[in-house]
This record gives sequence, C-alpha cells and structure tokens, in this order.
Amino acid sequence: MLILKNIVKQYANHRALDDVSIDIPEGKIFGLLGPNGAGKTSLIRIINQITAPDSGEIYFDNELLSPKHIEQIGYLPEERGLYKKMKVGEQMIYLAQLKGLSKSEAKKRLQYWFEKLDISTWWDKKIEDLSKGMQQKVQFIATILHEPKLIILDEPFSGFDPVNAQIIQDEILELNKNGSTIIYSTHRMETVEELCDNIALINKSKKVLDGSVKEIKKQYQNQSYFIEFTPTGKLVSHENPLYDLLELTAQQDHVEIKIKINSPYQLNDVLNYLIPQVMINQVKEIIPTIHDIFIEKVTQTQEIIHEQN
Amino acid sequence: MNKIKLIIQREYLTRVRKKSFLLTTFLVPLFFIAMYVGVIFLTKKSFDESHTVVYIVDETNDVINKLNSSKNVTYLKENQDIQQQIKSINSAKDNTSILHIPRDFYDSESVEFLSVDKPNISTEAEIRDSLNRIIKDKKYESYGITKDMRRAIKSNVVIKSKEIKDGTATESNTEVAMAISLALSILVYISLFLYGSQVMRGIIEEKNSRIIEVIISSVKPFQLMMGKIIGIGLVGLTQFALWIIVSITLAGIASSTIVSKEDLANQLMQNKSQQIGMADTPIDQTSSSFDGETFVEIIGLLQTLNLTEIVVCFFVFFLGGYLIYSALFAAVGSAVDSETEASQFTLPITMPLLLTYALSFGVLINNPHGSVAMWLSFIPFTSPIAMLVRIPFGVPTWQIIISAILLILGFILTTWFAARIYRVGILMYGKKASYKELIKWFKYKS
Repeated sequence: MLILKNIVKQYANHRALDDVSIDIPEGKIFGLLGPNGAGKTSLIRIINQITAPDSGEIYFDNELLSPKHIEQIGYLPEERGLYKKMKVGEQMIYLAQLKGLSKSEAKKRLQYWFEKLDISTWWDKKIEDLSKGMQQKVQFIATILHEPKLIILDEPFSGFDPVNAQIIQDEILELNKNGSTIIYSTHRMETVEELCDNIALINKSKKVLDGSVKEIKKQYQNQSYFIEFTPTGKLVSHENPLYDLLELTAQQDHVEIKIKINSPYQLNDVLNYLIPQVMINQVKEIIPTIHDIFIEKVTQTQEIIHEQN
Repeated sequence: MNKIKLIIQREYLTRVRKKSFLLTTFLVPLFFIAMYVGVIFLTKKSFDESHTVVYIVDETNDVINKLNSSKNVTYLKENQDIQQQIKSINSAKDNTSILHIPRDFYDSESVEFLSVDKPNISTEAEIRDSLNRIIKDKKYESYGITKDMRRAIKSNVVIKSKEIKDGTATESNTEVAMAISLALSILVYISLFLYGSQVMRGIIEEKNSRIIEVIISSVKPFQLMMGKIIGIGLVGLTQFALWIIVSITLAGIASSTIVSKEDLANQLMQNKSQQIGMADTPIDQTSSSFDGETFVEIIGLLQTLNLTEIVVCFFVFFLGGYLIYSALFAAVGSAVDSETEASQFTLPITMPLLLTYALSFGVLINNPHGSVAMWLSFIPFTSPIAMLVRIPFGVPTWQIIISAILLILGFILTTWFAARIYRVGILMYGKKASYKELIKWFKYKS
C-alpha cells in the first residue's frame, strides 16, 4: 500500500536518508527499526509530507503521495504534545476537524472511544490537569479517530504503565485486524516479534535489512544449538570436525554447551557422536531474536564504516 | 482554506474567551474614564477647599471698601485690634486668615497676611491682584486718566490660525493634532508589540508542547502560521472595537451624571452630541479639559479634524503593521526554544519600530510634512507609526494610498520570507539558532 523508492534526504552537512527503498504491504504491521539518529524520524516525516525528499518517489495505494492522502494517515509522533490549556474534548474535535472530519461526526466517534477506553469523565478537563500517561491515551485516540488507512506510531508505548501498554497494544491489533496498515517505529525489540509481520532496519541513513520477520529469522538461523547433558564419567572431546564449541557451563550435576554445527554435518551426526559418551537431557535450536539481529547488523555496519575510514 | 478557517477560529476563540481579555476590554476604557472623572472631581474638590474667609484689619479705612468678595475669597470687615484678632483666630476653623493693611499701604505697597495653616497660593494671588488693582486705580486717578480712557487704550489681539486646503481656509489647531498624533503613535507602538509577541509566544508554546508535529501532519506550516497571525489579529481588532464601544458608553454615562452637575452643565448639554462623537479615540478623554470654555473649544476643533479618516487609517495601518511584524515575530518564535532566547532576534527586527516611535516625539511631530517624515511614512516597516503621526496634520490622499500599497507589498514579502524560516524552524529542537543557521534554513528547498 505504501511504496518508497530511492528516497534521499540531504541536510546541510549530513545525509539523513540515503537511497532508501521500502515496500509496506497492505494490512500488515510494519516495524521500522533503527538506533537513534538512524533516519527513522526523517523517513516518517517524509511519509507524513511534513518535509519533502530531495529525490525519490512515494506511492500511496499506487498513486503518487499527495496532500489529499493526509486525511488517510494518522500519525503519533514520538514527542507527544497537545495544547496544555485547552479542554480535552474541544481539542480532540479540533484535531479531528483538521483531519477532515465534521464536528458532529468527530463528537460521535469521540464518545465511542472515550467510553471504550473508559475516560469519559475527562471530557471537560484541561490537558495540563492530566497525568502523562492519560495524555498519551488521549493522543492515541486523536491519532486514530479519523479511521486512517495508514497509522504511523512512533514509540507508542513509551510513557505507559504495563496495564495501559497492554490496552493500547490490543487496540493496535484490533485496528490492524479491521484493515488498517500500521507502521510501528521503535527500538523496543521484544514487542517487534510480538506485533510485526514485516520489518525494515535502518542504520546510518541506509536500509540494511528488510523482509518478513519469519524469513529474516530463518535467514539468521545458523545451526546453533543448546545441549544439556549429564556426564557418565567418560571424557568428551569438544575438539572435533563436527562442531565449534561456543560456550560451556558446568553445573553441579550437568553440563550446558552451546555449539555451532559445521556443514555438511547435521544435528543427528552430533547426537550420534555424543550419545555414547553422555546422557542427553535437553536439545534446543538457538533461534536468533530480532534483538540479536538488530545488534549484529548495527555493529556490523559500524565495523564496515570503521574499516572504510 | 477550510483548515485555515479552523485554525483562525481556534486561535481567536481561545484568546477571546480568556478572562484577561474581558478584563482588559473593560478595564482600559474604565481606567481612562476614571482618570477623566478623577481629574474633574479633584479640581472641584480643590476649589471647595481653597475657599477662604479673610478678616480684614484695615488701618487706612479706605481699602476695605474697594475689596469685593469673590468665589474664592470672602472679605469680612473686622474692627478689632490686630493683636486681639490673632488671639481670636487661633480657635477659629480652617481657611480663615487675617489681612492686615497698614496705614502707609499706598506708599509701602505691602500688607501682612496671617493664616492658621500655610497660606494658599491661589488665595494669595487673588488678594495680590485685587490690591494691585486698587493701587493702580489710585495712581491712574492721580495722573488724571479716567476709566473711559483706560478702556480705550486696552487692546486684545486674536490670532486665528487657518489652514489652506483646496483653495479654502479651514480652522486648524496644531496642539490638538499633536496630541492625537502622539496618542496614535503610542497606541500603535504598544499594540504592535503586544499582538506581535502574542504570535511569537503562541508558536513557542506549540513548539515546546510538541503539538506542532501533529498539526503540521494535517495542515501545511504556512496555513498554521497564517491562521495564527490572522486569528490573533482579529483578537486585536475586536479589542479595539470593544474599547471604542465601551468608551462611548462609559463616556456617555460619565458626562451625563458627573459633568452635568458642574456649572458648565448648560454648555455641555448643548454640545452633548458632539461630545459623544468625540469619544471615538481614547485620547480625547485625557486631552479634554475641565475648564468649560476650552472644553467646548476643543470639541469644536476636533470636529475640524477628520475623525473618520483617522479611525479608518488607524485600522488600515495598524493592521498592515501588525501583519508585517507578526510575520517576523513568527519567524523568531519558530527559531527559538524559549522566550528568553528570542530577545536576541526581537531587538533587531523591532528596531525600525522603536526608532520611528522615538522620532515621533521629535522630528515627526514638529515637522510632519518634512522629508524625514515623508520617507518614514512610505517605508513599510516604519509607516504604521510615521503615517499615523502625520495624518492628524492632514496628508494628501495619494500619499496615504501609496503608503498603504507599499505596506501590503511589504507584508507579502515579509510573510514569504518568514514562512521559509518558519517551516524549518518549527521542527528544530534544542538547536541554538544563529543568523547563519537562519540563512541556511531560508535556502532549504521545500
């Protein structure tokens, strides 16, 4: 539904986005990952048409992105903010009207959401009288009230306690189920695997990785295993052609090892080698988390840059 | 367009609904009226207090017959000896004095004036005048000059200043024009600053509260900037309109209740209709005199000035100046994170305004048709003050029109310039803006 082609954004003396191409499929939750200063915010601002790219094209539903699409996008910026002196209800109606809703329609939908999130009593309160978490909730409603096809959430969970974070997460999933495409920008990796279908990783202004979460993880599976066994008195030699020993921890009555199997050998070959010597308790494949992949990719690009320098 | 309307509406309503707006709307005219009433009241009161009873101990037995009691001084003949009189006056009430006229009064030309408190200057002056007159009369008589001769000698030259306009001469009064000029200068200067800095503060608030990013994901930065400027401008116009209405109402009430009790009630009643028209500009309340005759005179002179022209020009030039300066204030607001940081930019942009304001008390008012005044009233950054200072003195219509056109052009140019800085500035957080930085922002492609 949203296709970005060769986006370049140059600021006076640094390039915020360098030839970034991303394809965001319809109806999915898309994770936009990257360390601080990687260029995520620049990219989001370009999608929101707050700034324009120096070169490159963006297609929204196969049409070139234009001001008429603004009403189909909902944006929750990382730096939250509302008019502090304005009353909650009045402010929500104003923001909804700016997104093209009529006053009466905005009122109707607000009543629905205020009841759903159990905040109806806040209508006549001033924003400055609400706690930070309450303000976040209000702003979340402002983001989605006009039922946008594309919702862009920049760190939506920051500032929420676990209970409210869960409520918001459920709402996000429900919106997605009802057909909204969601761009979820974050560096909180644990939620990424839980929520995202696809991700793109941006580092140092460049896209370094993208695809579906499943495929990426598969790609990063590298024949690593965790094995727990109880020694039977025989001495096991870990110096063999079958695998490389990554880690060994000796516990009171058992030993834990992490190994990486060398090709062309398989897990079965390793087990055949070990079984005569020890009693196997547990075998588990080590699947890399998105967190690991993130760290690996980010440090990798840093190394490359260091080498280039 | 619809979105700009929404923004204007919000900016306007949030400000107009504030208590402080209501307060200034009623308090400022009330303040002027209170001053006006206060001055009348105090004058009346001091008049009451200055009334003095003077006991005269006249050793010549001649002067006393020539002294006539007046509004301020009541003369009473006293046959007692001066020492006895002093004793008796100690216990008397305030505002009693003794005038001791010695036997050789006509030669020494001196008297003794004894009061319980410190003597009142105006009473002293009145007594001195009366005594001088008596001595003069006596001397005229001794030189053989009769009263008729004196009347024939007396002359009184009247200068009627008239202004030549379109071949006909009309009455003019420079003092009144000056007073109105200065009042307009002060009013425009203060309100440009007041509303311009409101625009700036609003933008800093949006930037600090980070709502800016939400808003400009819905509308263009230019729409937001213009919406804010127009909205606050309308607040200003509303304020002025309300001031005029409230002033007229209050002035009407004040003049019918307080002023009519004065001795000059009759004169005022005749001029009632003129007087209501006179309240059009706030200055009239302060400039109006409490002396009945000058009061009526000033009303007459105000009518010679074209009040409608002044009011219309005030709105045009205030609005033009406001649009120019608020655009600049908007650019500054977008570039900084706090108001304290803003001062390094607000000072240079308001320099032309400050300069014209200062000049309006000197060059502009003394020579409103000189070349300095002319040029300043054409330059868009200075014309809002300079032109308004000149207008009460009469400015050819073509000059006003050219100045207004230049003002509009200036506004378009300034807004274009400000908008280019604004759109970048509002997204820059925590970055100290320097002039070099601002030029860089200005050059960014949109």
